[in-house]
Amino acid sequence: MAEQTASPAVVAAPAARSSFNFAPLVVWPLVAVAVALPFISNAGGGLISNFSFLQLSLVIVYSIAVLGLNLLTGFNGQISLGHGAFFAVGAYVAAILIKHFDIPYWSVLPVAALACFVVGYLFGLPALRLEGHYLALATFALAIAVPQFLKYRHFEAWTFGVQGITLRRVRGPEWTGLNTDQWLYLVVLLIAVLMFWLARNLINSRAGRAMMAIRDHHMAADTMGIDTARTKAITFGISALYTGLAGALHAIIFKFVSPDSFPFPLSISFLVGGVVGGIASLPGAVIGGAFVQVIEKYADALTKTISQMVHLPIELQPWTIYGIVLIILIYVMPSGIAGGIASLWARLRGR
Amino acid sequence: MEQFLQQMAAGLANGAIYACVALALVMIFVSTDHINFAQGEMAMFSTYVAWTLIQAGTGFWLALLLSVAASFIVGVLIERAILRPLHNAPVLSIVVVFIGLLAIFHSMAGSIWTHTLKTVASPFPAVKFPGSSIIGPHQIGMIAVTVALLFVLFAFFRFTPLGLAMRAAAQNPASARLVGVSVDWMLALGWGLAAAIGAVAGAMVAPAVNLDPNMMAGILLYAFAGALVGGISSPGGAVAGGFIVGLLENFVAFIGDRIETWTGYYIIGNGEKLTVALIIVITVLTLKPSGLFGRVDVKRV
Amino acid sequence: MTKTTRRSVIIGGSTLAAGQVIGMPAIAQAKKYDVGATDTEIKIGNTNPYSGNASSYGNIGRTLDAVFKMVNDQGGIGGRKINFVTYDDGYSPPKTVEMVRKLVEVDKVLLLFQTLGTPPNTAIHKYMNDEKVPHLFVATGASKWGQPKKFPWTMGWQPDYATEGAIYAKHILATKPGAKIAVLMQNDDYGRDYYNGFLAGLTKANEKMIVSRATYEVTDPTVDSQMIQLKNSGADVFFNITIPKFATQAIKKAHELGWKPVHYLNNVSSSFSTTMRPAGIEACQGIILALYRKDVADAQFADAADVKAFRAFMAKYMTASDYKDDLHNYGYSVAHTLIEVLKKCGNELTRENVMRQAANLKGFEAPLLLPGIKINTSPTDFYPIQAVRLARVKGEGFELFGDVLASEST
Repeated sequence: MAEQTASPAVVAAPAARSSFNFAPLVVWPLVAVAVALPFISNAGGGLISNFSFLQLSLVIVYSIAVLGLNLLTGFNGQISLGHGAFFAVGAYVAAILIKHFDIPYWSVLPVAALACFVVGYLFGLPALRLEGHYLALATFALAIAVPQFLKYRHFEAWTFGVQGITLRRVRGPEWTGLNTDQWLYLVVLLIAVLMFWLARNLINSRAGRAMMAIRDHHMAADTMGIDTARTKAITFGISALYTGLAGALHAIIFKFVSPDSFPFPLSISFLVGGVVGGIASLPGAVIGGAFVQVIEKYADALTKTISQMVHLPIELQPWTIYGIVLIILIYVMPSGIAGGIASLWARLRGR
Repeated sequence: MEQFLQQMAAGLANGAIYACVALALVMIFVSTDHINFAQGEMAMFSTYVAWTLIQAGTGFWLALLLSVAASFIVGVLIERAILRPLHNAPVLSIVVVFIGLLAIFHSMAGSIWTHTLKTVASPFPAVKFPGSSIIGPHQIGMIAVTVALLFVLFAFFRFTPLGLAMRAAAQNPASARLVGVSVDWMLALGWGLAAAIGAVAGAMVAPAVNLDPNMMAGILLYAFAGALVGGISSPGGAVAGGFIVGLLENFVAFIGDRIETWTGYYIIGNGEKLTVALIIVITVLTLKPSGLFGRVDVKRV
Repeated sequence: MTKTTRRSVIIGGSTLAAGQVIGMPAIAQAKKYDVGATDTEIKIGNTNPYSGNASSYGNIGRTLDAVFKMVNDQGGIGGRKINFVTYDDGYSPPKTVEMVRKLVEVDKVLLLFQTLGTPPNTAIHKYMNDEKVPHLFVATGASKWGQPKKFPWTMGWQPDYATEGAIYAKHILATKPGAKIAVLMQNDDYGRDYYNGFLAGLTKANEKMIVSRATYEVTDPTVDSQMIQLKNSGADVFFNITIPKFATQAIKKAHELGWKPVHYLNNVSSSFSTTMRPAGIEACQGIILALYRKDVADAQFADAADVKAFRAFMAKYMTASDYKDDLHNYGYSVAHTLIEVLKKCGNELTRENVMRQAANLKGFEAPLLLPGIKINTSPTDFYPIQAVRLARVKGEGFELFGDVLASEST
């Protein structure tokens, strides 16, 4: 029992370690296509709607947020039920800077990211003493507390309290010929590529191996001379940086932040996205981001389709479908979709 | 002074709510090491069952008894059907399953009973007595039921063969198996018990806060905090923890209000009481990680 | 085949009538459409919280859907069926933005109707006006929805919270000048709007009358602690800005504590069966509140034609729901306001004409409004309902008193 509580995020063997090297064959061509997408769309006379670009941007934003959680939970073994808090902090830092100081949107991104790193690091320090369920509670509390702080009376001059902050629309440079949705998609995409590349390098570095050693065996890592406390706190900071950056992008895309934009379920959906995608895997973060965007928002549409096909005695609600999908996914792929695909791939190659 | 007593009474009454739910959390934790995030929603669902029976004219206590029995069976079934096949899955995957269950119970309650607020009349007589302006009959009843529940559980685990078997299965599954205890079924019974306790908690909460599918949303967090601060491996600790959290949040608001009255400056109030209460709880936990009344686990390497 | 003929006859008939009223020669009016409207269909978009913390409000969306179903069963509006597309936004502003963009850009609705909540509507306010899509009769009482100059495509419906708050304040000043006031409010924009209106009504000179103010969060289990604090402030007037769940608790707790202030309750919790009855009839006696709709369970309105029609509608189209839930009442009334606007649009179903007609309602008596309360709008007045009546809980119902109070906040 002691052993299990010590590392709550017991993760199935990392699937990404397979001999198959994704990057050159799959990832870079995909990125190239993704970057070209808005230009292809415009050349074809608007093949892809603005709304689709919005949705793609959101998938990417949530992927970055889930990646932040993955670094902490998947690669370092610290659970968090409260990453929505960092998302909110990032969003508010960006919104406040843009609103009060009229700073261009692109320059607030590093500031928001850095601010979240500091918040995450500081939160990570006392959290060092907390493990497993205790850390879950502490992060849970953080997710509840941050929206409260945004409403706090003495901060209202900055946060506008419950009303929230409305921002101006961002416009892409003239020469690109891209509209707002397309431009933001491109910005978000390029930032995501950078952040994922950095995360990959981090994981493959000495520091990354230390992170995972702590996850797999805390005490052994300690005795091996790894500064576990420092590593864990810094990981917390980096994790918050990723999720906070995603929050800042989210604020810029929606041009609006308010305490109601970051309710507790947001934190839960990041966790769910991370686990369902594959918690210790970079492709898993992308799948998780897509899951957050697609299933939660479109469980509603699915509900309506089902209700039209079969006549049920009671009204079917979106959360019922959502819950059932979650349980089925965990049944079929207990270590996430990325892990599921990897093991399927391994089996195919094994033949 | 009167206000102080009233705030204390209100804190104890809220604490009783948290204590009940915390007790249910502990039941599942001791046997499986999991925090069941769907516990609150399951309790809410059980309360709707009780409400339906009351509407049908069974009277409160019979309705409660029936809903406790039904919840017990459903709890056992959930463990057998949904969690048993996943006993080797990573912990986080189980958490996601709990979230799935939470979503299902929550939305099904809305589907079946609509989201319109329902009321449950208090089973305790609305009498006036000296001091009833400080603590009402329902609050007293709620606290009494919580404490009684704790004693029943204590007796069950200490003196009945089944209770002893359950404890054995939770504390040392391998040895329990050797002496012929069916560990699998004990886990399922733990789930059943938790669901049954949740049903009691829900029926006690509903007259105070009214019944709707969101009834337990806020309460679960307090109960979670209560269970941890008291020591999540001990039922007595969880109950004490629930009361502590209830008192704490009321006093935070009370003190904040006093400060504002005296100094005219607003520092903390009801908006921040939850946050401050949680910060205190977490601080306690960083200093005493096994909770105030929990046992210390020695790590084996 | 026969169907088409009949429809064209109906269309012809209605144009004729419209032409005569305005006094123009009765030439068949040319049909004009924007996206979302055709000869056979009018597409209307909506978001509602069907999931999450605010999911009880989803009953409004369900009622709207049912009302439009009823209208379609009766032949639609001018022969056109209403296609009501409603999405779940979980009361989360970003999700609202996304769903509304889907409604406007993908589903291509003619107009947006009754999107719910102040934060969600704030998030789409600018977008709707940039896109020039009618954003009609939003389901929130904030006062910012009536700014025809700045936001010509957005219009509210219900009396705004600030005005209502000011009405209570004025009543207190008139009836109890030396009052010591305690306020309980939800810690969000809704509570804030009421409170600010209340402050404005008191005027700066009298702000000191407020001796204590406590807030609560929707996730709080109870407001007992707040009530104790307010009682002990020594206040003799209590302004209760809470949703039904907490209004019930507050009324009950005040009664238990033996605190008997003059109690003002916001209209949000004005439903007798969801607030007063659960709190206990005895504890509610004398509570003062502002009303603009009839309580359908109130005996004094039992024989009114609109109440009967509403109950028949609930019995046929919303069998599983409780007709006494005030949200159904609200949805029914507001849906009929939109139907009136669409009827007035005739064959010119353009976004511009929809706004023109919405801003040209004169003395329209939507079903379930209290006697004497009418809907009036103009190009400079985007507050459809601006009148309320004060009422007091007496016995098992409301006793209206005083005149119809019209506000001055235009």
